[in-house]
This record gives sequence, C-alpha cells and structure tokens, in this order.
Amino acid sequence: MSVVLEQEREEIMELGAAGPGLGRQVWRHLLRNPLAAASLAVLAFIVLMAVFYPLLSPYRYDHQTSDYSAPASARHWLGTDDSGYDTLTRLAVGARISLTVGIGVEAIVLLVGGLVGLVAGFYGKWLDVGLMRLTDMMFAFPDILLAILIMAIKGPSLLNIFIALGITGWPGLARLIRGQALSLRGREYVEAARALGVPNSRIILRHILPNLLSPIIVAATIDIAGVIIAEATLSFLGIGVQDPMPSWGKMISVPLESGYYRSHPELVVYPALCLSLTVLALNFLGDALRDALDPRLEKTA
Amino acid sequence: MARFLFQRIGLALLSIWAVCTITFFIAFLAPGDPAELAAGQHSDPATLAHIRHEFGLDKPPLTRYGLYLWNAAHGDLGKSYYTREPVTAFLKRGLPNTALLATAAIGLALVVGIPIGLIAALKPNTFLDRFLMATVLVGVTLPSFVLAPVLILIFALRLGWLPVAGWGDPENLVLPAIVLAARPAALIARMTRASMLETLRQDYIRTARAKGLSPATVLVKHALKNAFLPVLTTTGVSFGYLLSGSFVVETIFTVPGVGYQSINSLFQRDYSLIQGTTLLLATIFVVTNLIIDLLSAALDPRVKALEGA
Repeated sequence: MSVVLEQEREEIMELGAAGPGLGRQVWRHLLRNPLAAASLAVLAFIVLMAVFYPLLSPYRYDHQTSDYSAPASARHWLGTDDSGYDTLTRLAVGARISLTVGIGVEAIVLLVGGLVGLVAGFYGKWLDVGLMRLTDMMFAFPDILLAILIMAIKGPSLLNIFIALGITGWPGLARLIRGQALSLRGREYVEAARALGVPNSRIILRHILPNLLSPIIVAATIDIAGVIIAEATLSFLGIGVQDPMPSWGKMISVPLESGYYRSHPELVVYPALCLSLTVLALNFLGDALRDALDPRLEKTA
Repeated sequence: MARFLFQRIGLALLSIWAVCTITFFIAFLAPGDPAELAAGQHSDPATLAHIRHEFGLDKPPLTRYGLYLWNAAHGDLGKSYYTREPVTAFLKRGLPNTALLATAAIGLALVVGIPIGLIAALKPNTFLDRFLMATVLVGVTLPSFVLAPVLILIFALRLGWLPVAGWGDPENLVLPAIVLAARPAALIARMTRASMLETLRQDYIRTARAKGLSPATVLVKHALKNAFLPVLTTTGVSFGYLLSGSFVVETIFTVPGVGYQSINSLFQRDYSLIQGTTLLLATIFVVTNLIIDLLSAALDPRVKALEGA
C-alpha cells in the first residue's frame, strides 16, 4: 500500500515539473522566429564586446590618450572624444556596466519579488494582505522617482545603483508571482500532493516553482531591459556611475550637455544605438520567449 | 458606491503618508550632516549648532518625523539648506511649466495612441497591425534621452525647423512634448488595441451588428465606448511616467520645470528640496490615479451593480 502511494506521489511530482528537452524546444522555436534570432545575435554581440573588447583594447577606459576628437581610424576604431578617451573601449566598458547592473539587479529583484510574491500567493491570509499593501505603497512612487531620490541622497556609486534599483524594482514581479502562485495553489495536482501529506516546502519546490518558471523567464528578460534603462537614466542625470567610469547613459549626456554633439553627433549616436539595440533585443526576445514557452498563450501586445 | 469612494480615498491618503514616511527616512538615514551642507564644511561648532536649531535638526528623530508630517499636511515642506528658500515657493515656480508640458504630452499621446490602437485592432494580425505594434514596442522601450538627441539632431540642427532648447515660445513646446509623449502614446495604443479586440468579441457587438446597425455606429457607440475604460486607466498610469520623465526631458530641453530645477539639488544633496519634489510628484501621481479610478467607477455600470449586490 505504502509503495503504491509512494509511486503515485512521485508521478504527481513529475507532472508538476517541466519535462526534459524543453530547453531545446524553446531554442528551436526562437531560432525559427527571425526577430528573436536577430535579437539573440545582437545580445551575443553586446556580450562578446563587453567581455572581450576591454581585454583586447590597447587603451583603458580611464586612459586619456593624446588624440583628441580623432576620427575613426586603425588606431581608434570608433575615434576618440574631446577628452581623448577611446570611444569603442568606453562603449565596451559601458556594456559591462549595463549588463552587470541589469543582471545583478534582476537577481535581487527575483529574490525579493519572488519571495514576497510566493509567500503572499501561497500562504495567503494576513501575510498576503500585508505584503500586497506594501507592494501597493511602492507603486505610489511613479516609475524611477524613488531610485532618483535614493541615489541623490546616498550619492553616486555602482553599489548604490544596485541598492536603489533593487529596492524599487521588486514590486512588479511580486505581483506577477503572487497572482500565478494563487492560481497554482488551487490546482488539482497541488491539492492532491497536499492530501498525500507532502510538506509545503516540497510542494513549492516541486509543483509551484517549476510552473512559475515560464512567466518568470519572460518577465525577467523584459525587466532586465528596464533595469538597464534605469541605470542609464541615473547615469544620464549624473547620479549614476562615478567618473571616470563610463556608462551608456553618461556617454549620451556629456556631449549633449557640453554642446559638443553638434559637431560630433556620432559621440551621442554610438551609445544611444548600443542602448537602444540592447533594450529592444531584450524586449523582442521576451515576447518571443512568451510564445515559445507557452504556445497556448494568446499574444495581446 | 459610498463604500468604494471611502476605501479608495483612504488608500490614496495611505499612499501619500507612505511616500512622506519613506522620503523622510531615506533622507534621515543619509550619510553626512545636513547642517554642514548648509554652513559649509569647516564651520565652527557654534554656527553648526545654530543651524541645527534653525532647521530643527537638534530635536529627536520621532519629533522631527511628527513635525515633518504635521507641517507637510499644512503645506509647509521646510526650506532649502542652501538658499533658505521655502520648498513650496520653489515648487510653485516650476510646477506651471511642468504641468503645461505634461498636459501637452498626454494630449498628444491620446491623439496619436488611440487611432493607432484602433487601426491595429480593426486589422488584427495583418502586416499593418504587426508594423504598428513593432513601432509601439520601440516607443515603449526607447528612453527619452535616446529619442531626444535624435530628434534634436534632425529637426533642430539639420533642418532648423525647431529650437534646440529653451522655453517661452510655443515652438519650444513641440520637441519636449513629442519626446515625453512617445512612451504614453505607445502604451495607450497597445491598451486600445487589446481592449478593442476584447470588446469586439463580446455578444452585444454581434447583436448590434445583427440588428443591422452600420459598422461605424457599432464601432463608435458600442465598441469604443466600452473599450475606453482600460485606456483611461493606462492614461492615468502613463501620467506617472510623464512626471518622473520630466527630470530627463526638462534637463535636455532646459525647461524651467520642477524636474530641471531640482537637478542641482540632486548634486548638492539639498535634502529638503529633493524630498519636496519627490513628495509633490508622487502626490500628483496618487491623486491622478485616484481621480481616474473614481471616474472609471462612475462610468462603469458593472462597478455600481457590484456595489448594489
């Protein structure tokens, strides 16, 4: 009797988990979609540039060469700016900053937002009410305003960017996960598992989390784009990364502010292009992942 | 309805209180002594003590918090640590310009966004629909500080049609309004499309068509009217983007609004000005969304029916 029960339990657990080969299916689905394939190519290019170019470049991002405002040449592939910085090197280090902040902050957001959403949605009752009220209050701040406030007061630094964007980023994800967890909690297989005496921690780990994976992957992909824009916004305003560290946002604001972009528009265009391509690619990829991970889901946007 | 009204207003007040509290404690926990900011770094202890007393910094934290709430409720947000100007006077100078720009932008967003959404919804899954929605995604995604330089380079520097920056003349409003409107317009277009598609599937639309009403009547009187509510909500939320977007857009175009004015206080860590600006923008955001919610409830018979049940 107990052996049968054990077997049933295992089977029920298997049903909850994602089947093998899903990764490969999704991959194939993405490559068939031209927009998604292009996005993957763009992101791969940005990642390669971020990882390898600063190592290969003969210049350091904080090294002012004696070439001022040099045009593109064999020595400086994308030229230099009016301070003598090598543009491509700074673009590549800017990519490092964007990707590090994007992925790092999103990890904090997933941890905090995921935990809050999961606890609120799964356990419900007063915990749900309390946590969701807290989330509502965070939504009282429009967009990036709270991050601007935190940065202005704590001062510009990379660490403070993580703090500011981590604190402000989690409520959206918490809401999403809470909604999903709430609906999963009522599913038959979860009730079956509970009736069999499976402890809550195992139910969450084996039945709830695997089913949350698809919406989390989609949301995180698109969220990273939002975080990258937020960091660029803070750096654009001058309260993000500190000199001499470059950031795409700062690379746009400096020539814009000095008026130097009027004679050298490319100094604004390059970082703007990098930023736009990266965030657009992440958004298109997120949309494509939504289709790939759940074909039944109707595309509304 | 009365209960809904009461609840919703209560929630808005709670949100504003939360914003007050969060802004106060972030500033309170900040490193550095505000009195030193006001007096300069190497001031003698007597001056510092005097300034601490002037700004109420010598009182215990909870008393300061209580005073801050009490004064804020009475329209007093303290004064700048640098210029000693009252924060409310500072905000009053910038607000009309920010409001004008935001109103122009949201108007533009509605005028552009709703037709785009409608056209896409009427031809779903065609090339036109896909093209419009891809454009919309670009509009949602691109930050204003990418869009602005591109527009300035084309329309101000190349073609010379519009001024690069400045404020005061109607043509100064054009580029900042377009830049600020891009994201809300895209969000509104997206929501209009989704909401229209949902509405066009409803039974009453089929009934209206079946009884021989002209397609235009069905569209305007039956579909559009019902599809509008979610669009209204999106417009309210977009208003929040507009407000925080004002920091960036006003800076680029040197619009003397709340955002541009406070940029300096961001670097100087003029806590009271930063707090005041955040509080003002967040309060406008909360109140706008309150009005939108109440308006949707008043317009939507289902909310009333729910209350009656």
